[in-house]
Amino acid sequence: MPLPDVIPFIGLGWSDVLFLLLGGVVLAAAFGVVFGRDIIKSGLFLILTLGALAGIYVMLGAAIVAGAQVLVYIGAISVLILFAIMLTQSKVAPVKLAFQTQVAPAALAAVLLAVVFGLAFGSTEWGSTVFSDTPAATGTAPVAAALFGPYLLAFEIASVLILAAVIGGIYLAMEPKANDVGEDLP
Amino acid sequence: MSQIAGHLEPYLVLSGMLFAIGSFGFLARRNAISMLMSIELMLNAVNLAALALGAFIPSLAGQGAAFALLIIAVAAAEATVGLAIVIAIFRNRKTPLVDEYDTMRQ
Repeated sequence: MPLPDVIPFIGLGWSDVLFLLLGGVVLAAAFGVVFGRDIIKSGLFLILTLGALAGIYVMLGAAIVAGAQVLVYIGAISVLILFAIMLTQSKVAPVKLAFQTQVAPAALAAVLLAVVFGLAFGSTEWGSTVFSDTPAATGTAPVAAALFGPYLLAFEIASVLILAAVIGGIYLAMEPKANDVGEDLP
Repeated sequence: MSQIAGHLEPYLVLSGMLFAIGSFGFLARRNAISMLMSIELMLNAVNLAALALGAFIPSLAGQGAAFALLIIAVAAAEATVGLAIVIAIFRNRKTPLVDEYDTMRQ
């Protein structure tokens, strides 16, 4: 028996329910990242946020970006963050004082930012917005055409940037040698 | 058919709310790694906006995804260097809390 297009009693389509579910998970997990007292749990909530966002990317027809999100963000950056948490947390780190003294102005600024975003999105005329769900629009061919066409220079610079970041990260995190005292100051 | 997921604005509103949450975390948290995680949240909000615009505006088809891939690459580089800096500072100061990095203020 085929499922109906619109769910009875709610009046929403299946993709609406999926969007609300994934968006709710994204926002709730983002709140968990920001407000969590335990920083390890913040890191795990970050993984949940990124995973739910990958689902929304698939809904938007950008499956290759969702794959890159899972590989790069969840697979690499989250692991890097969790390792850094484990390397830098000492027992004396205060758990209660998770926030700076400027938490109230920061909350005000964030709420104002959200309001300004809402006003800007509401008042902008986007023209004809149509979600084309055809394979020609959501496949990888237009992405490749854009990435290796107008964005080719940015693509090449990104590769150089990653190389520089890897070398810089190794140099910064390298344990200094015991006899390396630096230059003698006069 | 789809009243919510078939329109551009809900994605942009979700992206704006995620960016606001990330900016609050960046401004309010004391732990340097929490601040870096908030930056990741903000970068992901930008990715979501780029992908939504690329999916809904026909003349931007493909460009949103290309933009998002470049942002992911830059975010990976940023996380590498940022976490290396945090670890290097932690080795000297024995604390990950940014409000105790006040050597230059004294």
